Amino acid sequence: MEPDIEQKIKEMQSQIAELQNRVTDIEDTHKDQLAMIVMSGDMDKILATMVVAVGAAAMDTEVKLFFTFWSIAALRDPKKKVSGKSFMAKMFGMMLPKGRNHLKLSKMNMAGYGPKIIRKLMKKQKVFSLDEFFQQAADLDIEIVICEMSMDLMGIKKEEIIDYPNLSYGGVATFLADANESRIQLFI
Amino acid sequence: MNEEELKAIKVDKSVDARGTSCPGPLLAAKKAIGQIEKGQVMEVLSADEGTKKDIPKWCTKKGFEYLGTIEESGFFKILLRK
Repeated sequence: MEPDIEQKIKEMQSQIAELQNRVTDIEDTHKDQLAMIVMSGDMDKILATMVVAVGAAAMDTEVKLFFTFWSIAALRDPKKKVSGKSFMAKMFGMMLPKGRNHLKLSKMNMAGYGPKIIRKLMKKQKVFSLDEFFQQAADLDIEIVICEMSMDLMGIKKEEIIDYPNLSYGGVATFLADANESRIQLFI
Repeated sequence: MNEEELKAIKVDKSVDARGTSCPGPLLAAKKAIGQIEKGQVMEVLSADEGTKKDIPKWCTKKGFEYLGTIEESGFFKILLRK
Protein backbone atom coordinates (compact mmCIF):
# COMPACT_ATOMS: atom_id res chain seq x y z
CA MET A 1 0.00 0.00 0.00
CA GLU A 2 2.68 2.49 1.02
CA PRO A 3 4.84 2.45 -2.10
CA ASP A 4 1.64 3.00 -4.09
CA ILE A 5 0.90 6.24 -2.22
CA GLU A 6 4.50 7.36 -2.65
CA GLN A 7 4.19 6.80 -6.36
CA LYS A 8 0.98 8.83 -6.49
CA ILE A 9 2.54 11.71 -4.56
CA LYS A 10 5.44 11.73 -6.99
CA GLU A 11 3.03 11.84 -9.91
CA MET A 12 1.16 14.74 -8.36
CA GLN A 13 4.38 16.59 -7.65
CA SER A 14 5.44 16.31 -11.26
CA GLN A 15 2.01 17.44 -12.39
CA ILE A 16 2.23 20.49 -10.12
CA ALA A 17 5.68 21.30 -11.48
CA GLU A 18 4.35 21.01 -15.02
CA LEU A 19 1.43 23.34 -14.24
CA GLN A 20 3.76 25.84 -12.55
CA ASN A 21 5.87 25.92 -15.69
CA ARG A 22 2.82 26.52 -17.84
CA VAL A 23 1.60 29.36 -15.62
CA THR A 24 5.02 31.01 -15.77
CA ASP A 25 4.96 30.65 -19.54
CA ILE A 26 1.58 32.38 -19.81
CA GLU A 27 2.55 35.14 -17.41
CA ASP A 28 5.83 35.80 -19.17
CA THR A 29 4.59 35.93 -22.75
CA HIS A 30 1.41 38.00 -22.38
CA LYS A 31 2.06 41.68 -22.08
CA ASP A 32 -0.35 44.48 -21.27
CA GLN A 33 -0.67 45.03 -25.00
CA LEU A 34 -3.43 45.28 -27.61
CA ALA A 35 -2.83 43.94 -31.11
CA MET A 36 -5.51 44.80 -33.62
CA ILE A 37 -6.05 43.91 -37.27
CA VAL A 38 -7.79 46.80 -39.01
CA MET A 39 -9.21 45.53 -42.28
CA SER A 40 -12.29 47.72 -42.80
CA GLY A 41 -11.90 51.09 -44.43
CA ASP A 42 -15.31 52.42 -43.38
CA MET A 43 -15.37 55.66 -41.46
CA ASP A 44 -17.36 54.19 -38.55
CA LYS A 45 -15.03 51.23 -38.18
CA ILE A 46 -11.88 53.35 -38.36
CA LEU A 47 -13.47 55.57 -35.72
CA ALA A 48 -14.19 52.53 -33.51
CA THR A 49 -10.59 51.41 -34.01
CA MET A 50 -9.25 54.75 -32.87
CA VAL A 51 -11.57 54.96 -29.84
CA VAL A 52 -10.43 51.53 -28.64
CA ALA A 53 -6.77 52.21 -29.47
CA VAL A 54 -6.58 55.64 -27.82
CA GLY A 55 -8.66 54.41 -24.87
CA ALA A 56 -6.30 51.47 -24.37
CA ALA A 57 -3.25 53.73 -24.62
CA ALA A 58 -4.85 56.07 -22.06
CA MET A 59 -4.99 53.04 -19.75
CA ASP A 60 -1.26 52.49 -20.37
CA THR A 61 -1.79 49.46 -22.59
CA GLU A 62 0.68 49.28 -25.44
CA VAL A 63 -1.14 49.40 -28.78
CA LYS A 64 -0.15 47.93 -32.12
CA LEU A 65 -2.47 48.47 -35.09
CA PHE A 66 -2.01 46.32 -38.15
CA PHE A 67 -3.61 48.00 -41.17
CA THR A 68 -4.52 45.72 -44.04
CA PHE A 69 -6.66 45.78 -47.18
CA TRP A 70 -9.41 48.48 -47.27
CA SER A 71 -8.19 50.30 -44.18
CA ILE A 72 -4.96 51.34 -45.92
CA ALA A 73 -6.93 53.92 -47.92
CA ALA A 74 -7.60 55.66 -44.60
CA LEU A 75 -3.84 56.17 -44.26
CA ARG A 76 -3.45 57.92 -47.62
CA ASP A 77 -2.40 61.53 -47.55
CA PRO A 78 -4.51 63.44 -50.13
CA LYS A 79 -1.80 66.09 -50.45
CA LYS A 80 0.81 63.61 -51.62
CA LYS A 81 0.96 62.84 -55.32
CA VAL A 82 2.69 59.80 -56.73
CA SER A 83 3.78 59.11 -60.25
CA GLY A 84 4.74 55.97 -62.11
CA LYS A 85 1.71 53.90 -61.15
CA SER A 86 0.40 51.15 -63.42
CA PHE A 87 -3.00 51.54 -65.10
CA MET A 88 -4.70 49.24 -62.58
CA ALA A 89 -3.07 50.97 -59.62
CA LYS A 90 -4.26 54.32 -60.97
CA MET A 91 -7.82 53.00 -61.31
CA PHE A 92 -7.73 51.63 -57.77
CA GLY A 93 -6.28 54.86 -56.54
CA MET A 94 -9.16 56.80 -58.09
CA MET A 95 -11.82 54.54 -56.62
CA LEU A 96 -10.40 54.22 -53.11
CA PRO A 97 -11.00 56.99 -50.55
CA LYS A 98 -8.25 59.59 -50.48
CA GLY A 99 -7.50 59.52 -46.78
CA ARG A 100 -9.33 59.41 -43.46
CA ASN A 101 -11.53 62.42 -44.19
CA HIS A 102 -12.97 60.87 -47.33
CA LEU A 103 -14.20 57.56 -45.91
CA LYS A 104 -17.66 56.11 -46.39
CA LEU A 105 -20.00 54.85 -43.69
CA SER A 106 -20.61 51.09 -43.63
CA LYS A 107 -24.34 51.84 -43.31
CA MET A 108 -26.45 54.86 -44.26
CA ASN A 109 -23.72 56.36 -46.42
CA MET A 110 -26.40 58.08 -48.56
CA ALA A 111 -24.00 59.10 -51.32
CA GLY A 112 -21.72 60.90 -48.92
CA TYR A 113 -24.33 62.63 -46.78
CA GLY A 114 -24.05 60.05 -43.97
CA PRO A 115 -20.41 60.86 -43.16
CA LYS A 116 -21.17 64.60 -43.30
CA ILE A 117 -24.00 64.18 -40.78
CA ILE A 118 -21.86 61.97 -38.52
CA ARG A 119 -19.01 64.49 -38.59
CA LYS A 120 -21.45 67.24 -37.64
CA LEU A 121 -22.85 65.13 -34.79
CA MET A 122 -19.36 64.22 -33.59
CA LYS A 123 -18.48 67.89 -33.39
CA LYS A 124 -21.70 68.66 -31.51
CA GLN A 125 -21.14 65.77 -29.08
CA LYS A 126 -17.48 66.78 -28.68
CA VAL A 127 -16.12 63.48 -29.98
CA PHE A 128 -12.57 63.73 -31.34
CA SER A 129 -12.44 63.97 -35.14
CA LEU A 130 -10.36 61.37 -36.98
CA ASP A 131 -7.66 64.02 -37.39
CA GLU A 132 -7.58 64.55 -33.62
CA PHE A 133 -7.62 60.80 -32.98
CA PHE A 134 -4.58 60.27 -35.20
CA GLN A 135 -2.81 63.17 -33.48
CA GLN A 136 -3.56 61.65 -30.06
CA ALA A 137 -2.46 58.23 -31.30
CA ALA A 138 0.84 59.71 -32.45
CA ASP A 139 1.33 61.47 -29.09
CA LEU A 140 0.60 58.22 -27.23
CA ASP A 141 3.12 56.35 -29.38
CA ILE A 142 0.53 53.94 -30.80
CA GLU A 143 2.27 51.80 -33.38
CA ILE A 144 0.91 51.41 -36.91
CA VAL A 145 2.10 48.57 -39.11
CA ILE A 146 0.89 48.47 -42.71
CA CYS A 147 0.56 45.18 -44.55
CA GLU A 148 3.03 45.31 -47.39
CA MET A 149 1.20 42.72 -49.48
CA SER A 150 -2.10 44.66 -49.36
CA MET A 151 -0.26 47.81 -50.43
CA ASP A 152 0.93 46.01 -53.56
CA LEU A 153 -2.54 44.59 -54.23
CA MET A 154 -4.24 47.96 -53.89
CA GLY A 155 -1.54 49.73 -55.82
CA ILE A 156 -0.92 52.14 -52.94
CA LYS A 157 2.63 53.42 -52.65
CA LYS A 158 4.59 54.33 -49.52
CA GLU A 159 5.04 57.85 -50.90
CA GLU A 160 1.32 58.57 -50.49
CA ILE A 161 1.02 57.35 -46.88
CA ILE A 162 0.49 59.92 -44.08
CA ASP A 163 3.36 61.23 -41.99
CA TYR A 164 3.07 59.39 -38.70
CA PRO A 165 5.88 58.93 -36.17
CA ASN A 166 5.56 55.24 -35.33
CA LEU A 167 4.69 53.73 -38.70
CA SER A 168 6.31 50.77 -40.41
CA TYR A 169 5.61 48.08 -42.98
CA GLY A 170 5.38 44.37 -42.31
CA GLY A 171 3.84 41.04 -43.10
CA VAL A 172 1.46 38.70 -41.36
CA ALA A 173 4.22 37.28 -39.15
CA THR A 174 4.70 40.75 -37.65
CA PHE A 175 1.06 40.78 -36.56
CA LEU A 176 1.14 37.18 -35.35
CA ALA A 177 4.25 37.79 -33.27
CA ASP A 178 2.66 40.92 -31.76
CA ALA A 179 -0.67 39.15 -31.19
CA ASN A 180 1.08 36.21 -29.57
CA GLU A 181 2.51 38.38 -26.84
CA SER A 182 -0.61 40.55 -26.41
CA ARG A 183 -3.30 40.08 -23.82
CA ILE A 184 -5.94 41.50 -26.17
CA GLN A 185 -6.29 40.74 -29.86
CA LEU A 186 -9.01 42.28 -32.00
CA PHE A 187 -10.09 42.23 -35.62
CA ILE A 188 -12.22 44.89 -37.22
CA MET B 1 -18.64 57.89 1.12
CA ASN B 2 -21.69 60.16 0.94
CA GLU B 3 -21.93 63.37 -1.04
CA GLU B 4 -21.16 65.70 1.89
CA GLU B 5 -18.00 63.75 2.68
CA LEU B 6 -16.99 63.78 -0.99
CA LYS B 7 -17.54 67.52 -1.23
CA ALA B 8 -15.44 68.07 1.90
CA ILE B 9 -12.38 66.37 0.41
CA LYS B 10 -9.51 68.69 -0.43
CA VAL B 11 -8.80 68.47 -4.14
CA ASP B 12 -5.16 68.87 -5.18
CA LYS B 13 -5.72 68.84 -8.92
CA SER B 14 -8.78 69.51 -11.04
CA VAL B 15 -9.02 68.36 -14.66
CA ASP B 16 -11.75 69.91 -16.76
CA ALA B 17 -12.54 67.43 -19.54
CA ARG B 18 -16.04 68.71 -20.27
CA GLY B 19 -14.94 69.73 -23.75
CA THR B 20 -14.43 66.14 -24.88
CA SER B 21 -16.38 62.93 -25.19
CA CYS B 22 -15.15 59.34 -24.66
CA PRO B 23 -12.21 58.60 -24.55
CA GLY B 24 -11.23 62.27 -24.09
CA PRO B 25 -11.81 62.51 -20.31
CA LEU B 26 -9.84 59.30 -19.67
CA LEU B 27 -6.99 60.66 -21.75
CA ALA B 28 -7.11 63.97 -19.88
CA ALA B 29 -7.01 62.07 -16.56
CA LYS B 30 -4.03 59.99 -17.71
CA LYS B 31 -2.12 63.10 -18.78
CA ALA B 32 -2.83 64.93 -15.51
CA ILE B 33 -2.16 62.11 -13.05
CA GLY B 34 1.59 62.52 -13.48
CA GLN B 35 1.34 66.02 -12.05
CA ILE B 36 0.24 64.92 -8.58
CA GLU B 37 1.99 62.94 -5.85
CA LYS B 38 0.92 59.62 -4.39
CA GLY B 39 -1.78 60.24 -1.80
CA GLN B 40 -3.02 63.44 -3.43
CA VAL B 41 -6.57 63.81 -4.75
CA MET B 42 -7.57 64.58 -8.33
CA GLU B 43 -11.02 65.39 -9.65
CA VAL B 44 -12.08 64.91 -13.27
CA LEU B 45 -14.92 67.04 -14.58
CA SER B 46 -16.77 65.31 -17.39
CA ALA B 47 -20.06 65.74 -19.16
CA ASP B 48 -19.75 62.27 -20.63
CA GLU B 49 -21.88 59.66 -18.86
CA GLY B 50 -19.44 56.84 -19.70
CA THR B 51 -16.63 58.49 -17.78
CA LYS B 52 -18.40 57.62 -14.52
CA LYS B 53 -17.75 53.97 -15.26
CA ASP B 54 -14.44 54.36 -17.05
CA ILE B 55 -12.52 56.24 -14.36
CA PRO B 56 -13.17 53.61 -11.63
CA LYS B 57 -11.97 50.87 -14.03
CA TRP B 58 -8.86 52.87 -14.79
CA CYS B 59 -8.29 53.38 -11.05
CA THR B 60 -8.53 49.63 -10.41
CA LYS B 61 -6.00 48.95 -13.13
CA LYS B 62 -3.56 51.62 -11.99
CA GLY B 63 -3.98 50.98 -8.28
CA PHE B 64 -5.53 54.38 -7.52
CA GLU B 65 -8.35 54.76 -5.03
CA TYR B 66 -11.66 55.76 -6.62
CA LEU B 67 -13.43 57.98 -4.08
CA GLY B 68 -16.77 58.67 -5.71
CA THR B 69 -18.74 60.84 -8.09
CA ILE B 70 -20.56 64.09 -7.39
CA GLU B 71 -23.38 64.91 -9.81
CA GLU B 72 -23.55 68.57 -10.77
CA SER B 73 -26.02 70.04 -13.22
CA GLY B 74 -24.98 68.77 -16.65
CA PHE B 75 -21.66 67.23 -15.60
CA PHE B 76 -19.94 64.99 -13.07
CA LYS B 77 -17.04 65.40 -10.67
CA ILE B 78 -15.17 62.14 -10.36
CA LEU B 79 -12.74 61.99 -7.45
CA LEU B 80 -9.78 59.70 -6.98
CA ARG B 81 -6.71 59.42 -4.78
CA LYS B 82 -3.38 58.53 -6.40
